Amino acid sequence: MPTEIQMPTNRIGLTKKEYQGLTTTLCSGCGHNSITSGIISACYDLGIHPHQLAKLSGIGCSSKTPAYFMNRSHGFNAVHGRMPSIATGVEVANRTLINLGISGDGDSASIGMGQFIHAIRRNTNLVYIIENNGTYGLTKGQFSATADYEALDHYKNINKYQALDLVELAIICGATFAARSFSGDRKQMEALIKAAIAHNGCAILDIISPCVTFNDHKESTKGYEYMKEHDVPLEELGFVPSFEEIKVDYQPGEVKDIELHDGSHLLLKKLKEEYDPTDRKKALETISKAKDEHQVLTGLVFFKKNMPSHHELLKLPETPLKDLTDKELKPSHEDFATLIKTFN
Amino acid sequence: MLYTDLTMTAQQAKIINNFSVKVATTNGTGSQSANNIFFKSLVRMGIHTSSKNLFPSNIQGLPTWFVIRACPKEYNTMRQTAEVWVLVNRGSLEKDLKEIKKGTVVLYDSPGLEVPQTVEGAIYYPLPFSKLSRENFDKPRLRTLLTNVVYVGCLAALFHIDKKIIYEVIHDTFSEKPKVIDVNLKAIELGYDYVQKNIQKKDPYSYKPDTKTLGKMVIEGNQASALGCVMGGASVVAWYPITPASSLSENIEKFSDTFRKDPKTGKRNIAIIQAEDEIAAIGMAIGAGWAGARAMTGTSGPGISLMNEFIGLAYYAEVPVVICDVQRVGPSTGLPTRTQQGDIRLCAFASHGDTRHICLYPGTIEEAYEITALSFDIAERLQTPVFVLTDLELGMNLWTATPLKYWEKPYDRGKVLSKEDLDKMKSFSRYLDSDGDGICYRTFPGTPNPHAAYFTRGTGHNEHSAYTEDNEDYHRIMMRLKKKIDLSPKYLPKPIIEENKKAKIGIISIGTSHHAVVEARDELSSKHGIQTRYLRIRAFPFHEEVLTFIHQCEWVMVVEQNRDEQLTGILRNDFTEVVSKIHACAYSDGLPLRPSIVTDKILEVNSRAN
Ligand SMILES: Cc1ncc(C[n+]2csc(CCOP(=O)(O)OP(=O)(O)O)c2C)c(N)n1
Ligand code: SF4
Ligand SMILES: [Mg+2]
Repeated sequence: MPTEIQMPTNRIGLTKKEYQGLTTTLCSGCGHNSITSGIISACYDLGIHPHQLAKLSGIGCSSKTPAYFMNRSHGFNAVHGRMPSIATGVEVANRTLINLGISGDGDSASIGMGQFIHAIRRNTNLVYIIENNGTYGLTKGQFSATADYEALDHYKNINKYQALDLVELAIICGATFAARSFSGDRKQMEALIKAAIAHNGCAILDIISPCVTFNDHKESTKGYEYMKEHDVPLEELGFVPSFEEIKVDYQPGEVKDIELHDGSHLLLKKLKEEYDPTDRKKALETISKAKDEHQVLTGLVFFKKNMPSHHELLKLPETPLKDLTDKELKPSHEDFATLIKTFN
Repeated sequence: MLYTDLTMTAQQAKIINNFSVKVATTNGTGSQSANNIFFKSLVRMGIHTSSKNLFPSNIQGLPTWFVIRACPKEYNTMRQTAEVWVLVNRGSLEKDLKEIKKGTVVLYDSPGLEVPQTVEGAIYYPLPFSKLSRENFDKPRLRTLLTNVVYVGCLAALFHIDKKIIYEVIHDTFSEKPKVIDVNLKAIELGYDYVQKNIQKKDPYSYKPDTKTLGKMVIEGNQASALGCVMGGASVVAWYPITPASSLSENIEKFSDTFRKDPKTGKRNIAIIQAEDEIAAIGMAIGAGWAGARAMTGTSGPGISLMNEFIGLAYYAEVPVVICDVQRVGPSTGLPTRTQQGDIRLCAFASHGDTRHICLYPGTIEEAYEITALSFDIAERLQTPVFVLTDLELGMNLWTATPLKYWEKPYDRGKVLSKEDLDKMKSFSRYLDSDGDGICYRTFPGTPNPHAAYFTRGTGHNEHSAYTEDNEDYHRIMMRLKKKIDLSPKYLPKPIIEENKKAKIGIISIGTSHHAVVEARDELSSKHGIQTRYLRIRAFPFHEEVLTFIHQCEWVMVVEQNRDEQLTGILRNDFTEVVSKIHACAYSDGLPLRPSIVTDKILEVNSRAN
């Protein structure tokens, strides 16, 4: 009698399969597919109940990916550049959800720039992932606003305009969590996705994600080859979820421990100089300097603790607004009559 | 005793409670507060009064007119001419003086304005509004503000407004600022006293206590709509400031502080977000509606233009959301502070591709409240955007209305499957028409059942909400959506019909055009012997009663406030079998519609028809 193969399960008894989605329709080798796998692993490891997560996105190859992970979570593929507003609506309607937003560099750095900035400004409860390939994948390779100055595109056109750096911008706009990663560095990426989920507020995660079809040529600064040579991790990252004990095997003083909102920890072993991700001025300086040296800094670039989230700013009740009933939404007859009397 | 000093008493004055007063002032000088005191005092005297505030898109220094019409027949339109003028603004003087005719009564600021008393038969009262204010109040700002209150005092003495009532109104208006009460009372007294001592009444106009408006409330349309939102259960409001819609959302905020706030914790059972633009505002409302809250946005035409892409998404992906459109004059920035019914077509078919949206058209204060409250049930029942179209005339003017009643109707949350429902099911398909009414079942994110989740998208989808570009799938879903919208009228407020067995001519109107129609119908019958029957549309898609009504008439006149016959066009499109019977009285110049425009158009078509 053949023995049934027991699939491994996570702490809430679900198999990895239960975190997967439909088969991807993206090009094989597309960086976005690695991010999809990273998200699946991160959510599986954390033991997130799929129904407690909402997947939100804009339009683009990147924004299609929520269909390819977490089939058991509600998903909303909205319009181009407007994922953050959908996320804001969802977070206020149901404060118990984890909002996982997926966007692209076209989606966030151009058409959606306003919403990107204002989600940060409000500290919307959102894991905001930008799958950044320096190009408009879905419309076949036009330059995006994150493409480097004088970069070449697939058709050998030269980019005339300066590049926007979404992490730098996020920090300037008051982000409470700003990080960059590379889809080719699964370990770092997963640690940052987990930390972003544990963060209370808007977590900006810009992930360089090569477009193999339109922007992975030799000269591309968002391609695999360039990234392999120029990716400079700021720290070696270890994520310790709230349900695990922290065991540190580093020398004292070598590791910075960042405690996150839900009690989990992000352990940072410094690799680059004396980098301190809680120092805003230093963070901006370091990014700027690295750019001059053609380095792509990855890791947790900036983190600020204890900033009130949008829920707190709006003084929302504990009960999700979607669950309020007639009784809580309507005043008493007496209070209504008192108000009506003031109109005379 | 109060009136005995005036040569003509209320009894002797021949025209009672039946004249208009037009005040010409400058915006930003506090005239609105004075005018509201004037208006409310008349209402408390029981006199049927309507008010129209004609103000510029500017914060300070441009001409503003305020027209107050007392009318025993209880009409609410603005008159073409006013019998009494109050001139305080030098800027508009030249224009205003052109309106002065034989019999017009002119109160003007003197010293201050140079008013040549040249129109024969006009009655001139030079009055020192600004001088009295200057001499009696020290701060410059106060002097400007109270000049307006001084003319209210003068009006009170000249036309016999009960001073006691004015005092009460002032007390109630400024109940939280006692210092303001004293200066306002003093300003009233100054004007009143001056007229009593120095003016001999030469005109026939007077106010006299009546019972028509006793117990009525005085309220702006946007306040009524806002109250409708709160009573209708709105729990997420996202908006971006725009005249004439801002005060709608601002009043929701105010009412929420009274009704939704826990005094102990300060927590509020509502999220009100001022978005970065209208695209974000509608996005937030759609996100919240999708996640299960009763969500809305309030805006005007330019905002609707920006929201178009998202509105199409909500239609196609079937997300409930309420959009209150307080219409103003377009195209473009247009006349931002003037009224129009210019978004009828825009809202009915907003966004690219084939769409058709539920639109509701309140025409009165009571309807602004009730229809807005109901709109949340309709949106959730039909899982689609619902537009509530009012306009600047309704939204930003003070109206008298019967006190609004508590919204008793329990909320209809529509077809939503809970965990328990899903536990009994083997599978769930979001866009499956299992009841045959075109309305499918939805689930909220956060529902703890493995079948609950589905993927919402604006791209082509099949019954299982899976991506598809298949021609048959696309066509089938679009036809099911059409069925849903076609069957929707049973959930929408029916048209209001006023039968008239003797009439061959029918009038169809919408929203605030109603007020001109009421008056025009009386005029047609009393002056021209023309009987009409009347139908007022309150929802799109149209009820079958509208078609029946047109069938029953020889011809109908569709009255609306825009140039391009927007409502007429939709009626002609939807009711091709009666196209030749449908005539249009479509007129817009930014001012509230005048009855004479309706009367003239009907007379014109009638003479051609005969
Ligand atoms: C309003 C609007 N304008 C344009 C488009 C066309 N469009 C689709 S995807 C896209 C760019 C996507 O680029 P990005 O966000 O970087 O995603 P990627 O495909 O590179 O992952 C554009 C311009 C659209 N869908 N909607
Ligand atoms: S076009 Fe580029 S971004 Fe789109 S799927 Fe292919 S590789 Fe990925
Ligand atoms: Mg891109």
